[in-house]
Amino acid sequence: MSEPTDEVLLTMSGIVKTFPGVRALDGVDLEVRAGEVHCLLGQNGAGKSTLIKVLSGAHQPDEGHIIWRGRPTTLNSPVAALRIGIATMYQELDLVDGLSVAENIFLGHEPATFGFSNRRAARNQTRELMRRLGHPEIPPGREVALLSAAGQQLVSMARALAHDARLIIMDEPTAALAADEVDNLFRVVEDLTNDGVAVVYISHRLEEIRRIGDRVTVLKDGRTVATNLPADTPTGDLVNLMSGRMVETVFPLREVSTVDEGNEVLRVEGLSRKGEFENVSFSVHAGEIVGLAGLVGAGRSEVLETVYGARKSDAGSVWVNGKRMRPGSVTSAVAAGVGLAPEERKSQGLLLDQSVANNVTLASLPEYSTFGFTDRSKELKDSRATLERLDMRPADPRRLVRTFSGGNQQKAVVARWLVRDCKVLLLDEPTRGVDVGARAELYRLIHELAAAGVAVVLVSSEVPEVLGLSDRVLVMREGRLLTEAAAKDLTEASILDMVMEGSEVVV
Amino acid sequence: MSDVTEKSTLDERPAVQTAPAKSTSGLRMDIRLTILIGVLVALCVVGYALNPAFLGETNISIMLRLAAAIGVVSVGMTFVIISGGIDLSVGSMVALSSVWMTTLATQEYGPWVMVLCALLVGLGAGLINGVLIAYGKVVPFIATLAMYASARGLAERLSERQTQVVREQGFSDFFRGDLIGIPVLIWMLAVVFAVGWVLLNRTTFGRRTFAIGGNAEAARLAGINVKLHTAMVYGLAGLLCGVAAIMVVARTTSGASTNGMFYELDAIAAVVIGGTLLSGGRGTLIGTLIGVLIFTVVNSIFTQNNLETDIQNIAKGVIIVGAVLLQTLTSRRAKT
Repeated sequence: MSEPTDEVLLTMSGIVKTFPGVRALDGVDLEVRAGEVHCLLGQNGAGKSTLIKVLSGAHQPDEGHIIWRGRPTTLNSPVAALRIGIATMYQELDLVDGLSVAENIFLGHEPATFGFSNRRAARNQTRELMRRLGHPEIPPGREVALLSAAGQQLVSMARALAHDARLIIMDEPTAALAADEVDNLFRVVEDLTNDGVAVVYISHRLEEIRRIGDRVTVLKDGRTVATNLPADTPTGDLVNLMSGRMVETVFPLREVSTVDEGNEVLRVEGLSRKGEFENVSFSVHAGEIVGLAGLVGAGRSEVLETVYGARKSDAGSVWVNGKRMRPGSVTSAVAAGVGLAPEERKSQGLLLDQSVANNVTLASLPEYSTFGFTDRSKELKDSRATLERLDMRPADPRRLVRTFSGGNQQKAVVARWLVRDCKVLLLDEPTRGVDVGARAELYRLIHELAAAGVAVVLVSSEVPEVLGLSDRVLVMREGRLLTEAAAKDLTEASILDMVMEGSEVVV
Repeated sequence: MSDVTEKSTLDERPAVQTAPAKSTSGLRMDIRLTILIGVLVALCVVGYALNPAFLGETNISIMLRLAAAIGVVSVGMTFVIISGGIDLSVGSMVALSSVWMTTLATQEYGPWVMVLCALLVGLGAGLINGVLIAYGKVVPFIATLAMYASARGLAERLSERQTQVVREQGFSDFFRGDLIGIPVLIWMLAVVFAVGWVLLNRTTFGRRTFAIGGNAEAARLAGINVKLHTAMVYGLAGLLCGVAAIMVVARTTSGASTNGMFYELDAIAAVVIGGTLLSGGRGTLIGTLIGVLIFTVVNSIFTQNNLETDIQNIAKGVIIVGAVLLQTLTSRRAKT
């Protein structure tokens, strides 16, 4: 492990960033020293990504000070941040596939003489950088698309170094890497810190933080709750700091459980998809809400989409009301009464430039037509009735979906399945980007549906939401089902503990 | 970011707000349509001022008959573009259909077999496009570019680059004739537009076409068979090229591999002028019809006044750019 110096590189104090309706950062403090690996911890929505965006110049803070190497600084744009030496490696690598390693590294600041790009200089400097990163075998002329995920990450890192970065932000850099590639990455990080470069490291994997981290800062609800903790702080302490988030929404109480134990509606047996998840089995009864908890990338959405037929399973089977579904066939799932509210509402769920009515009947066109001619009055009538039931405002089915707020757009997606009496409803992150008021209404709606006998499967990255809504919780980690337990037997901390450490908890 | 702002302003509205009768897009569409119709009327006025015979019955009849074939092709193109695709092969499919239906062998079987032949050839070529695009995952631009080249090639081979005269008198008598005082060709255009309009706006087929163009992934996740539907849309475009081939053969009393030259460009231009988004999901057939008519009127003004065709092409280019600028301006205003 490298020896951090005492030189303070960066101090952020009292950083506030608000978006309409959300206070994403509410007074964050962070101090990074030269040559250290500073880890950021926090649940989804704690403000980590917003903080990174502020630090990389993508967002401007509303309040607070940034002091960079002893001088107050404003970061107006990503380019400005890069220029003073702050580079970011995003989760989604931002490389241009068709260009070579060298071209990617020097994209936007190609070495040039009189306007002619100096390819030899770029190649030589690339070779130099790759040697410094311990990977001289990567040729500067190789097309980036042909490199492995780890190789691409190295290119991304070389790009940061080419800008003479003093601070590199790494957002879940190991998410796409195999075990030996992780070792490589850590060796590189160690070399960098030995040279005095600081790394802000974001990961949900506590064992990684233990291995390479020097200090830890924990965020919760947009605030720094603890900073400069040693990396070997016990897991229990860290989890306690992260959990107990203020939940602004009160979950509606369910006086009576509506679970119909004798009526198994959805059964999933040994479902697998190579590279995504393995041997997932569970069942859902009529009137039951089953929550899938886990980190982003644990395979929850993939499981949901495979159950729905939007992805084709490699092995295993899905049964709805005793009938086996054809793998990879959305049509057969929809016909059997399965509905999906997908994770990406705008890109996967909605026709934004079309009317609400068109969106609501999209999955039921045959039911809303005679001999292929659409029955527009029935369509408008049913849509309006559904909008009123969902308390959508304005309840005008002819309005374009685009003109509605996020919460109302989500309701439009759910309405699609309400008009066709679905038996199984798969909800993927139903409250993402939805304001507090609409959230409460969606929660109420989910309970109502369960009370009406619908089997609901809920994926959410917000642990309190999964706990508050579900009857039963399945915990996933790295494509496997870890635990299955009644929601009342679990706590936020016990779930966090499982998803982050992977330790089996006896309940 | 802008979405969030939009949301907050919406939330401030009173809860009991009465819904506007028309959606915003309906209004915007109407503004654009009004402007298009205004342009068409203005062009007619110019034509009349230059030569009063412009609005005479003869010239109008000539104009509409010239517009008929490209109009029918543009209907198919509108479906394709609304579904999010493009078809560069329409002109070549018209050529192939026109040649196939006028070969000596086909003509032997009489007028109705000629008609059936044109329709089947067009449908077949369109379905090949559709299957390649939907199931072969070839991008529409490339698949139809290949058809653009090979269909005309096949037409040249079949006809040995000769113009094949229609000998079948029954065919000419019917398709060159009138029905209740109006030329059959104009009837055909009207019927294709009417049927196309109903298909697009009143059936599940049309609804699915809009859905696929608007968001193919959302359509797929709603259980729509996107591949099958895509193939059918290209099949429809091909079928309409067959119809157009019948019309061209009737007008020129011959089939030739040079028929339908540049139809793809004229059709795309008409559709775009009509306000259909090239990215799919939004568009109208009325707009396409007006787009076709604007081009026809411009052509007629130029030929009537013996103006150079090069200036005519410049005028066409200006119209296309003007229409698209208008489109971006009106949609930008509607957003703010």
